[in-house]
Amino acid sequence: MAKEVSPGVLALRKVVDDVHADARKAKAEGKLVGWSSSKFPCELAAAFDLDVMYPENQAAGIAANRDGEIMCQAAEDLGFDNDICGYARISLAYAAGKRAARKFDPETLEYIIDPNSGKPLKDENGKVIIGEDGKPVKDPKTQQPYTVLVDIHEIEALPDGALKDKYWESIKPYRQMRIPQPDFVLCCNNICNCMTKWYENIARMCNIPLIMIDIPYNNTVEVHDSNVAYVRAQFDAAIKQLEELTGKKFDEKKFEQACANANRTASAWLRVCDYLQYKPAPYSGFDLFNHMADIVTARAKVQAAEAFELLEKDLEIAIKEGTTTTPFPEKYRVMFEGIPCWPKLPDLFKPLKANGVNVTAVVYAPAFGFVYEDLDGMARAYYKAPNSVCIEQGVDWREGICRDNKVDGVLVHYNRSCKPWSGYMAEMQRRFTADLGIPCAGFDGDQADPRNFNAAQYETRVQGLVEAMEQNAMNKEG
Amino acid sequence: MATIYTLGIDIGSTASKCVMLADGKEIVGKSLVAVGAGTSGPQRAIDEVLKSAGKTKEEMSFILATGYGRNSLEGFADHQMSELSCHAKGASFLFPEVRTVIDIGGQDVKILRVENGAMTNFQMNDKCAAGTGRFLDVMARVLEVDVNDLGTLGAKSTKYVGISSTCTVFAESEVISQLAQDTDKCDIINGIHQSVAGRVAGLANRVGVQDQVVMTGGVAQNIGVVKALEDQLGRKIHTSPLTQYVGALGAALFAYKKACK
Repeated sequence: MAKEVSPGVLALRKVVDDVHADARKAKAEGKLVGWSSSKFPCELAAAFDLDVMYPENQAAGIAANRDGEIMCQAAEDLGFDNDICGYARISLAYAAGKRAARKFDPETLEYIIDPNSGKPLKDENGKVIIGEDGKPVKDPKTQQPYTVLVDIHEIEALPDGALKDKYWESIKPYRQMRIPQPDFVLCCNNICNCMTKWYENIARMCNIPLIMIDIPYNNTVEVHDSNVAYVRAQFDAAIKQLEELTGKKFDEKKFEQACANANRTASAWLRVCDYLQYKPAPYSGFDLFNHMADIVTARAKVQAAEAFELLEKDLEIAIKEGTTTTPFPEKYRVMFEGIPCWPKLPDLFKPLKANGVNVTAVVYAPAFGFVYEDLDGMARAYYKAPNSVCIEQGVDWREGICRDNKVDGVLVHYNRSCKPWSGYMAEMQRRFTADLGIPCAGFDGDQADPRNFNAAQYETRVQGLVEAMEQNAMNKEG
Repeated sequence: MATIYTLGIDIGSTASKCVMLADGKEIVGKSLVAVGAGTSGPQRAIDEVLKSAGKTKEEMSFILATGYGRNSLEGFADHQMSELSCHAKGASFLFPEVRTVIDIGGQDVKILRVENGAMTNFQMNDKCAAGTGRFLDVMARVLEVDVNDLGTLGAKSTKYVGISSTCTVFAESEVISQLAQDTDKCDIINGIHQSVAGRVAGLANRVGVQDQVVMTGGVAQNIGVVKALEDQLGRKIHTSPLTQYVGALGAALFAYKKACK
């Protein structure tokens, strides 16, 4: 039976689908479409009615659709080092015109099916059918063509006709592989320093304007007035650049409405995050990661606020009825530190499910829920992102969530794509154990490049964490 | 009351080990085959331990598998646990005062925090062979010496030779380069031991090393690595002649606990 999806989740999916559809439509109509880093002030672009796409979400989607490796390799072939963030590599390859596509025969224009793809075929009793070779028979309905890399500039250069049309069609149909090329880029390096060079490269590759807001790493918990002044001045400069780009005057009313929407969305998002405090939790932290597509791409849209408010109602009902989206009884509760390994979600989830481990705390998600009252407050809010704050602030955020959400342990993703984040994790782990008295386990992986993850190593670390949590619980019981 | 026999099987990446216990106290059989997961090693080790103890599988009250290849014994073992808990358990049996266990295995380095005989926290190496048993295997091959002789040879060193601790492949190149310069093998080996110890000490300090420190796994037989690690941590490290069997011993102890439930 298909899993029932709540009205809130359906509404959230529609919001993101609409954002993508609007951007594709705008591009088709010759309007400007921008690409933005996840924590650039979206309120500014909204004041100019600009359609904006988000390469970080796009890269996560491409990775979850198992095309991270081919896109990362494409970027490496262009000369980008494989030490660079996997999101950046995917995005840079995409910006250069590379696409993951379905292989076809240029003579017959028929897709060439990969015999290793697809799910096992099951009989009427749900039993996997085994073929003469002793291997499970594949369900032909689920089989896919081989994945190949194509280049949109090479396709554009082909003469018009059936072959050219087929090449366009062959590009993978999911929305993240179909976002329009950018006409400008909006970069704010509060989310990660890698952004600066990533967006500079896109701007150069595509010969388009770069609007940059620089938010330096803050080594104090407080955001000082001089920091605020520095960011406010950059807001003014960005507005001037956007006026030149669009030929429109800055619309203060639209800006104020966008700020109000962003605050309403953020408030609802934070309340949704708080539902993880319930024991058992009505959903999993991995669900929050999925909803991040909305909080990033549509924060300043009223539809996003409404969808999160609807989700909040769903969760209230779930609490009353004692239901949860987690498909197993919650035995242990952990904080998942870092971004998931999107290409390996089933591998990530399997040992957690097997051991009854629910992710009830994630720091990345609530970091996108910030509320402010005025422009200075807005500058202060944008100053605080996971990778731009000092370790004391980072520990405080995480330990607060761990306490509120009653976790038994911490699972830390040492993300090869994210050196700034993973770099201070060893010290954070030490503090979590010292301050909260809970065990922590770290594993190596990557948010987008599947080559950096080893399922067997991960499984051992999860099992070790479970055994340590079990022991910890026994020690507490005396 | 009839004796309760339990069997612990530790299938590592480079060796398969078994320990049979009587009533969770007395070791009545042990075996070691120098090949691990995905080979004939596990079955050979099981056959050997049963034969040496004069017992059959049916006489085992509980069988518990651990190690990298633990899942391959599904259907044979009654339960499986991570090697982390098993090493902590085995080390506590041999050294009741242990608080920190350092296990250098074929492809993993584990630092375990132990409280009241059980693991409460741990750290493991990242996806890199530097500082593992495999690192020493590679170096021994390049130097054309038996890996079991590294400890004795390294002790004869008279001069410090630095070897990179960041990558097995590049460290191998460094060793070849040192050999080409006629550097004494014993000095190179000592440098290799320092390199392994540096990597492991860095990981151990993350957990916070507390006395008593016990080193387990095959590499604990290498006195050069143990000495280098003692120097770098500034603490006495305890080892046992049963060092290679500690994981299997822990598994047999957990098996006894399960059998008594």
